[in-house]
Amino acid sequence: MSTADTLQGFKRDGRVVIVGASLAGLRAAEALRDEGFTGKLTMIGDELGEPYDRPPLSKQVLTGWVPADGTTLPRRRDIDAEWLLGVPADGLDLANNHVRLADGRTIPFDRMLISTGVRARPWPVEAEAALDGVFVVRTREDAAGLQRAVAAGPSRVLIIGAGFTGSEIASICRERDIPVTVAELAPSPLVGGLGAMIGEIAADMQRAHGVDLRCGVKVTQLEGDAQGRVRRAHFSDGTAVDADVVVVALGGIRNTEWLRDSGLAVGVWGVACDAGCRAFDLNGLVTDDIFVAGDVARSPNPIYEYRFISLEHWANAVEQAEIAAHNMVSTQADRWPHLSIPTFWSIQFGVNIKSVGVPTYADEVVVTQGSVADHRFVAAYGYQGRVTAAVSFNNAKWLDHYRQLIETAAPFPPPCPTPDQPLDAKPVPVDFPGPTLLAQGATVVVTGHDPGERRVTAMRQRR
Amino acid sequence: MTTTETPDILPRILDYANRADPYPLYAELRKTPVALQEDGSYVISTYRELSGILHDPHLSSDVRNLAHPMPAMQERATPSFINLDPPEHDRLRRLAMRHFGPPHTPGLVTGMEPDLTAVVAGLIDDFAGKQRIDIVDDFAYPFPVTVICHLLGVPREDEPRFHVWVNAIIDSIDYNPKTDPQEKLDNGVQATKALRQYLGGLLEQRHGHPGDDLLTRLANDDGPDGRMTDAEIVSTANLLLIAGHETTVNLITNGMLTLLRRPEVLQRLRAEPGLVVPLVEELLRYEPPVHIIPWRAAYSDISVGDTVIPKGSKIMLMLASGSRDPDRFHDPDRFDPDRQDNQHLGFGSGIHLCFGGPMARLETQIALTALVRRLADPSLVTDPPPYRPSPVLRGPIHLLIDQN
Repeated sequence: MSTADTLQGFKRDGRVVIVGASLAGLRAAEALRDEGFTGKLTMIGDELGEPYDRPPLSKQVLTGWVPADGTTLPRRRDIDAEWLLGVPADGLDLANNHVRLADGRTIPFDRMLISTGVRARPWPVEAEAALDGVFVVRTREDAAGLQRAVAAGPSRVLIIGAGFTGSEIASICRERDIPVTVAELAPSPLVGGLGAMIGEIAADMQRAHGVDLRCGVKVTQLEGDAQGRVRRAHFSDGTAVDADVVVVALGGIRNTEWLRDSGLAVGVWGVACDAGCRAFDLNGLVTDDIFVAGDVARSPNPIYEYRFISLEHWANAVEQAEIAAHNMVSTQADRWPHLSIPTFWSIQFGVNIKSVGVPTYADEVVVTQGSVADHRFVAAYGYQGRVTAAVSFNNAKWLDHYRQLIETAAPFPPPCPTPDQPLDAKPVPVDFPGPTLLAQGATVVVTGHDPGERRVTAMRQRR
Repeated sequence: MTTTETPDILPRILDYANRADPYPLYAELRKTPVALQEDGSYVISTYRELSGILHDPHLSSDVRNLAHPMPAMQERATPSFINLDPPEHDRLRRLAMRHFGPPHTPGLVTGMEPDLTAVVAGLIDDFAGKQRIDIVDDFAYPFPVTVICHLLGVPREDEPRFHVWVNAIIDSIDYNPKTDPQEKLDNGVQATKALRQYLGGLLEQRHGHPGDDLLTRLANDDGPDGRMTDAEIVSTANLLLIAGHETTVNLITNGMLTLLRRPEVLQRLRAEPGLVVPLVEELLRYEPPVHIIPWRAAYSDISVGDTVIPKGSKIMLMLASGSRDPDRFHDPDRFDPDRQDNQHLGFGSGIHLCFGGPMARLETQIALTALVRRLADPSLVTDPPPYRPSPVLRGPIHLLIDQN
């Protein structure tokens, strides 16, 4: 039987299992059906309930404008799938092509998509994390709980971590006139994603809106009362603050533990895959039947020197899901690469922040349009003389242009003046926090001598 | 991509003789996506190049950035935001948007639906007993005029006065010094002055006697950007009054013409009123009311593909051609209300994306639904119908139909 026949057979009667029933998983399922896959489709998810959208959780849900259960993702078509919800996947057996569930069931497949995403990084001290009034924000239960706590009018909210989620929550609390303290280990908010210049602007914005912003400090202890309610937080600079709601916004942990013994290239950084979403095995060899999409995927981007990049962006999840689905039902010659330029948005303190490209892949940044003082501008990021990213504050309609500059490796700084350009626009160093903030342990060791026996084995994670 | 002179195609597009069907000429024009003209200006006609340049911050809408000044028409005080660049464009558009759409006035357009439906019903009621109807004079013109007058706070009964001015202004938009008499330009300048004076008078009354209309709200607003000056309010109202009906009349008329030419689609719309939403989108691609952005200026050198348009150049954007580009749209000359991927240029794109787009959509959806529902068995009297003179705002000047 030819490869084409085999593929036709698979499209007609094959078995696809999607592990991870959130945005990427759902969109992949829809795309598979759009591509003509008529076989058996199984969706596995650890949460009960239909796939829902996450961006509103730190925005419209928190204001109470949209109820948490009003975020169900729209279905773009019927996917005719078997849904196995409420039970997480627990293992992957590549020799026999089946997924093992935590309740012991095994689900066979011909091809599989991993879209297990990210979960919230919890407060590291378990007893403190368990105090009443301490929240993370990842699921809609989290968001519903925090919404109720915020609606009850707390005397002060402490937010630990001033990334996008933490900053959005701080903004919403200030809109409701709730006193807010934000604690951030880095020198300013958003600095990890957008660098020092934007970080300073974000810090000004927070302070101008009455946020008690404390940068360069660590929260050392959350203190509860006799009823087990959080009451106070202590900082590394010796100060303390009274708060009855604490939001832990320290980013996410990629859900890869269940794949630890699968023989795939997985670690705290995600599941490695090629630009066509095919997973790599532990040795860095590409697999044929295992695909990856969304927050948990880490794939090489040709535009950024084939560096492996993982993104926790809504649009990235959708795009990778569609590429993965297409490639699952296509021959080698018809496969698509995932070449789109990342985009990201956030709304905070009345400002619409949007980015295109990978701002962390830069050594310089320059304001190219608008006015920083008015919080209405575009900043272009450059790496060794070419444009690699752009960020807009209340100026998003220009970003298509910057996308084109990135795609065509246009020179940095962009040479032609625009009507609304600051006169003193000079590139400045982009200045991201050093590697010590980002350090992660090794995940494998190499053994063997001859080319035929050199192999990689997984190290046990220290966590 | 190549840049060559296309000495004959553009004049033929602008020639009234080809008004009824410019599309074959657009196809010809697209062979040269960026076409340098004899006078040093550039014509852009392909989808990718158009959407690229519409998002390019080096493209200016301000006539002062042209190396060779335009005819006197443009030399006037306080341009409206359509003819300005950021930051002034942004500020004025934002100030106007506060009263027209989200986030500050989210329900305005949808809230107009009952009124729009009532106006449409009234106009169609007047068709009763008439065998022959002019879709333009009896319907597609009076409908949006009534709506924009109400919204702005312009007395509907003044329409005969401003109608003459608006006609003269529209007439002078595509002024060509080579073929048009100076008189056409002078009339436009006079009409602009007269219309502004008229709107200024209305604004004057609002200062003393505020009403519940856009003029009043603009005159009394104190948002974070402050307040518009009276001159800014007049130029904004001038823009909204003209753009608020001179385009919609063409969209509705082009829509009815398209449906009458395709009885099977008309029948389908009758049976399936929900079809009107994608149908109007397809109309905006297939027979848009705005065919051309007649000029933009290169603020600094602009790269389009491998062509560099030098600073100060005049640039003409052939939007309707871009929306029929076969490199972007599958089978582009087919009217397909079920079209999926339909990111047309009917409302332009980028920061100047049509301000009134949401209202134009709703007006046209309501108008076409009501027309096909209530016209028993309409038939075209002449095809093609007579067209208005303008190649820029293109549409029939009359559309006679018989009710059988």
